[in-house]
Amino acid sequence: MTVLAPASAEPHRYLQAQIRWHGLEIAFWIAALLPFLLFKTYLVLASQIAITALFALSLDLILGYAGIVSLGHAAFFGLGSYTAGLLAKLGWGEPLTGLVIAAAVAGLVGYAASLVIARFRHLALIMITLGMGLLLHEAANSASWLTGGADGLQGVRMWPLLGYFRFDLYGVTAYTYSLIVLFLVFLASRRLIHSPFGLSLRGIRENPVRMPAIGAPSSAHIRKIYTISAAVAGTAGALLAQTTQTVSLEVLSFQRSADVLVMLILGGAGRLYGGILGAIIYLVARDQLSGFNPQYWYFWIGIMLIAVVMFLPNGVLGGLAWLRAAWRGKTA
Amino acid sequence: MAPRGMAGQDSVSAPALSTRGLDKSFGSLVVASGIEFALPQGARYALVGPNGAGKTTLINLMTGMLRPDAGRIFLGEQEITSLRPEERVKRGLVRTFQINTLFPHLSALEAVTLAVCERRGHGGAWWKGLPAYREAVDEAYGILFSLMLGDYCYRLTRELAYGQQRLLEIALALATKPTVLLLDEPAAGVPNEESAELFDAISGLAQHISVLFIEHDMDIVFRFASRIIVMVGGSVLVEGTPSEIAADPRVREVYLGKKHHG
Repeated sequence: MTVLAPASAEPHRYLQAQIRWHGLEIAFWIAALLPFLLFKTYLVLASQIAITALFALSLDLILGYAGIVSLGHAAFFGLGSYTAGLLAKLGWGEPLTGLVIAAAVAGLVGYAASLVIARFRHLALIMITLGMGLLLHEAANSASWLTGGADGLQGVRMWPLLGYFRFDLYGVTAYTYSLIVLFLVFLASRRLIHSPFGLSLRGIRENPVRMPAIGAPSSAHIRKIYTISAAVAGTAGALLAQTTQTVSLEVLSFQRSADVLVMLILGGAGRLYGGILGAIIYLVARDQLSGFNPQYWYFWIGIMLIAVVMFLPNGVLGGLAWLRAAWRGKTA
Repeated sequence: MAPRGMAGQDSVSAPALSTRGLDKSFGSLVVASGIEFALPQGARYALVGPNGAGKTTLINLMTGMLRPDAGRIFLGEQEITSLRPEERVKRGLVRTFQINTLFPHLSALEAVTLAVCERRGHGGAWWKGLPAYREAVDEAYGILFSLMLGDYCYRLTRELAYGQQRLLEIALALATKPTVLLLDEPAAGVPNEESAELFDAISGLAQHISVLFIEHDMDIVFRFASRIIVMVGGSVLVEGTPSEIAADPRVREVYLGKKHHG
């Protein structure tokens, strides 16, 4: 460099502003506590939402940030579920260690899968992840001596959380537990996204051709985030197994992979709150709509999906961000 | 040539980048044939030739984006023929692209910081936020500032003017601290008056960086290149100083004789 830049604080201010906590974020997490006070009968649903939001967050890490498509992410969710469920069934019902072991198993399989995943993109990736998902689903189905097959895994007995809080029928412990895990993983993800590694992931999403030309080892980055994402998905699956004390074959189904993709796109991929918001909208809408005409539920989902992709290509959060920018432009 | 490098040859005299017998064809289409080429340390060379002569292919081969069918590539005295593109970049061989190959939804500052962080080995660090890497951010800003992008670096790349995007192409390459820089039509699509400015920025690059650039505008080539390599049909036709090239009848026939492309 022949020209020396004047020391400037502006670049630092700009980057600092990006990672600062927004008032709305704090409001959101406080609002997440409302079900304890206002919707006590919905705590079981709230717990399902928190678990699904965690699963959607795991997909956001690979799809939203690194641009790696997956139509088989339920594989890791299901692995976590069965790991935690089997541990409890075989006599180790301690929730926290079960959660960690389930995350480790899913992460390990995720790493193995990433060795293949990192070599492909786009359509090939969709086919490969779809194939992996179906494969695992069939494997769990046929290994009924282990998984209980289509009848599901019975006899999962969880010990009280921290030796004290029983998993009750109303979902108080379930929601508390799920929400805390979601929040902690969210905090870690938030850090990751704003780190140099997070920036590299966005680089892979934005232009995989340029990355090697600036000396970035894209494949290594992809393997790393895929492993992390699989572990998070496994954590979500384990939470479901532990809080419901059963594991059905559905945890590995294509439907679950597709649903989580829909939620993420609905909420806004590539935004930390996209998956969380998508899970809330999707599951609350399903709960409400299926109340009066359950058989038409997917009709409404279909309409919602088409509308979002047509009018809000960046999801609900993308639409809100656009509105805010437009509003600022008007007032400025 | 360095590749023949016997013991005792000092590295200063070794070319920064050289190739031996580089061949590449796609089916029956020969895009590179027996290319022997050496770029001395600190050189400013131009690579010219009609469309389809294989100029970009040569850059793709040297940077590892294409695999040669035969031949060897050396960076300094080190053979890099089988290294992956990112490994070549780590060793200092860096390119830019004729068609903007940028990160549309990253701001210019983020994009260059990304490249700086990767070079400094922070690319996999995920526990601390970007602001913690003050030196990397300062360096990125310094590069942008030196290329007149300081005031625009907070804009998303896709919102930058086209000429600024061309500069960002170079900024990204500089962030990797290249020793050899291959510029594939750095001024492609830039209006004439701006392209001279762009080349002023290029000629202002540190002297230890060896530069090879592809350019169609012969005025610019004669102004900024110390030597010119003319390629035709996948081979090097002739290499020489601007005046030698201008006087060469073969060059006149294949290249200068025709109306050259914008």
